[in-house]
Amino acid sequence: MASENIEPYLKITDITKKFGEFTALKNISLDIFEKEFVCFLGPSGCGKTTLLRAIAGLDIQTHGKVFQKGRDISELPPAARDFGIVFQSYALFPNLTVRRNVAYGLENQKLPKKETERRVTELLELVGLPDQGDKFPAQLSGGQQQRVALARALATEPGLLLLDEPLSALDAKVRTHLRHEIKELQSKIGITTIMVTHDQEEALTMADRIVVMNNGVIEQVGSPYEIYSEPASPFVADFIGTTNFIVAELVTAKSARIGTIDISLGAAPSESVPGSKIVLCIRPENVLTGSRASGAGNQMEMTIDHVEFLGSFHRVHTAAINGPGTELMVDVSVARAREIDMAVGNKIQLALPADLTNVYPAGNN
Amino acid sequence: MRAAMAVIALFLLISIAFPLYALLEKSFQNAQGEFIGLTNYITYLTTPALSWSIGNSFKVTLLASAIVMVIAFIYAYALTRSCMPYKSIFKGVALVPILMPSLLPAISLVFFFGNQGIIKEWLFGAELYGPIGIVMGEVFYVFPHVMTIMLISMSLSDARLYEASEVLGASKMKTFFTVTLPSMRYGLVSAFFVAFTLIITDFGVPKVVGGQYNVLATDVYKQVVGRHDFQMGAVVAMALLVPAAFAFIADRIVQRKQVALLSARAVPFQPKPNKTFDMLMLIYCCLIGFIILSVLVMAAYSSVVQFWPYNLSLTTKHYNFDLMDGGGWSSYFNSIELAVWTAIFGTAIVFFGAYLVEKSRGFKTGRTAMQALCMVPMAVPGLVLGLAYVFFFNHPSNPLGFLYHTMPILVICTITHFYTVSHLSAVTALKQMDPEFEAVSQSLKAPFYKTFWRVTVPVCSPAILDISMYLFVNAMTTVSAVVFLYSSDTTLASVAVLNMDDAGDQSPAAAMGMMIVCTAAGVRLLHMLLTRGIQSRTQAWRKR
Repeated sequence: MASENIEPYLKITDITKKFGEFTALKNISLDIFEKEFVCFLGPSGCGKTTLLRAIAGLDIQTHGKVFQKGRDISELPPAARDFGIVFQSYALFPNLTVRRNVAYGLENQKLPKKETERRVTELLELVGLPDQGDKFPAQLSGGQQQRVALARALATEPGLLLLDEPLSALDAKVRTHLRHEIKELQSKIGITTIMVTHDQEEALTMADRIVVMNNGVIEQVGSPYEIYSEPASPFVADFIGTTNFIVAELVTAKSARIGTIDISLGAAPSESVPGSKIVLCIRPENVLTGSRASGAGNQMEMTIDHVEFLGSFHRVHTAAINGPGTELMVDVSVARAREIDMAVGNKIQLALPADLTNVYPAGNN
Repeated sequence: MRAAMAVIALFLLISIAFPLYALLEKSFQNAQGEFIGLTNYITYLTTPALSWSIGNSFKVTLLASAIVMVIAFIYAYALTRSCMPYKSIFKGVALVPILMPSLLPAISLVFFFGNQGIIKEWLFGAELYGPIGIVMGEVFYVFPHVMTIMLISMSLSDARLYEASEVLGASKMKTFFTVTLPSMRYGLVSAFFVAFTLIITDFGVPKVVGGQYNVLATDVYKQVVGRHDFQMGAVVAMALLVPAAFAFIADRIVQRKQVALLSARAVPFQPKPNKTFDMLMLIYCCLIGFIILSVLVMAAYSSVVQFWPYNLSLTTKHYNFDLMDGGGWSSYFNSIELAVWTAIFGTAIVFFGAYLVEKSRGFKTGRTAMQALCMVPMAVPGLVLGLAYVFFFNHPSNPLGFLYHTMPILVICTITHFYTVSHLSAVTALKQMDPEFEAVSQSLKAPFYKTFWRVTVPVCSPAILDISMYLFVNAMTTVSAVVFLYSSDTTLASVAVLNMDDAGDQSPAAAMGMMIVCTAAGVRLLHMLLTRGIQSRTQAWRKR
């Protein structure tokens, strides 16, 4: 969806935000395109909410610029910008009925009363609550309240929808359901959307593009698939999904040594010279075992330390045979588990496919 | 929004900061208004007749605080940790002293233990007038405040800790010292500081039963009203301000620590029945409750007796206030007027001010400064505030001088005097609201005043009612701040109690005191009904 020659809908250039001595955002630049669903993903305190609030104008950045549709909105107060927002806490006005909550923004547009009422009905239908209009927020479930908040944010037909951890306060089942609904609604009305979340599953399932943040900087921007399969840094690899980290020494541009075992690499980081320390990252599900391992390259023999059963697969924790050092997690499907004896202490043959192993210079994580 | 904040800040500057500065300035001047450095202070400290009252004040204050802490502790303990019956009645009885101006229990004490008191032998020949009377009166006066703080801190205890202690085999005694006391240590410290501040700054009790025993509060009054020595009055006021301000600051520090004491997962403690213990506690509460009510009943009784103690037939002649000094019935109606204005304007200013401090964004220095300004009134004793107003508003070059000796100045002074507690209740109510309401309404392009009217005020209406009732009752009962500010057109009921007592008319003084008590009680009742009404009408959303 992101293309180089289209004008971005929202352009963020070199934003820095300081709270006293603390720098929450460091020189953030980012382009977001029309109708795109972008997730800001990162651990708490990484600056994702600060960035969202800067875009909304709720906490104006220390320096840097924000352009919406080419218009410079950097210094504008929230009321002069064009967006709708939904918070984790719903922030529904408790003393107003659902209808009055949804109508709140419309009333400020001085629409005729009939038009307002028609629009409210339409919105409540859109979020699937056509007959809940006369209840108070406290009489609805959490999921229903969040839908009302969504209807309220969409009522004034803003060009940009901001979602601040909208699903975090809900329980797991409702969350999964609403995740799907929000995504569907977004593509139906085609509104440019930014969602802040710390939940990687949410980001992976909903976003067109994910912006992974850490310590006030952007670690990586990419599609969910890119982020998962080619993490730009050990941090991203670690934050999204589960990853094995193996410290190794670079031997040539295409090979490395783990302890006493030599393995070949797909590509080495350009800044690392032979002899320097590197980190190899490989996901547990990409490590080959059993019959698939024999015959593959980069083989190593490990001892089974313990096994976790996780429903559809087993996660086998293995350790290097000769004493402490490298540890590896391997996911073994239930089907494959039948052909391997996974008793603790047994030896297990593994292989690390070079093309699924990402390599980073050591020391930056 | 900034403009609105500037208006509230200006109000606080005029009503508290500038007058305090005027007071400070006065204490460094001679009668001609020339700067004379520390001379007044040196005179004060080297005149034994004056400086003794510092020691006296501390002695009676510490003694009364210690006594009331013990009495209130057991009372609150009975209400939270026993299974005795009638708890809600005892809770109500404990709050009775709040309805009285502190002069009234002191007058009641005179009828009990004074020269013609009915049970004066109980003092074994000791004199009521002096430290004994002051301590007794103050204990009564601050009991509800101290008891309430202890009650709250005791009800904030985690049952799990008690269960853990019991499972680990600790004795009742050990549990008390390792669980009960530590969990309420902040409450205890806070209760002490509140008792200390209220007592050292109280003027009503020592005025009536202090006799020749001078304390700081009565000294300020004597210097100003008795001797017209405003400079020395200012010095004594400063001497009174310092300990009060220290106690206040210490209390704030302690309270800040209490915040994180109880986790959200704590399970409230439920006492288990224990026949002997419950009976003991019931007897204790009956005794204390009886004493409280008898003080009230004595005040009521003495107000309807012909001529104490010689002719005990009943009469209403003491309610013929127009025949006596003190301003007559008009002072009662002035008091009502003062209380109504204070409740209306005070609630509006306090709530809107708290809203601005709590909910506006940006302009951080301004908000912090205003928050600090809102806390100052609590640290300033009423007498000090009143005297500071005299210096500030009566200054010939003050353009606001036209307010002097009017009803508005009494209203401003009373609002300011009780500003901090009201402000804190408003802040508490506002803090319970979702912090994102303002952000959402901005994104919906609603102006802030619209959300304020349509959401903030309705949601906070119970707190708003509480604040207005608090201001009304206190405006009725306060003596200290207004005693320097009333004029012949604006005499007040509480001041009338003071002046009639001064003139030796104890029965009429008690009668006027009873008028105040009945009005305050009536307003409380009205408040209760109103709260219920509002809750069923505008708070429908609270119900599921």
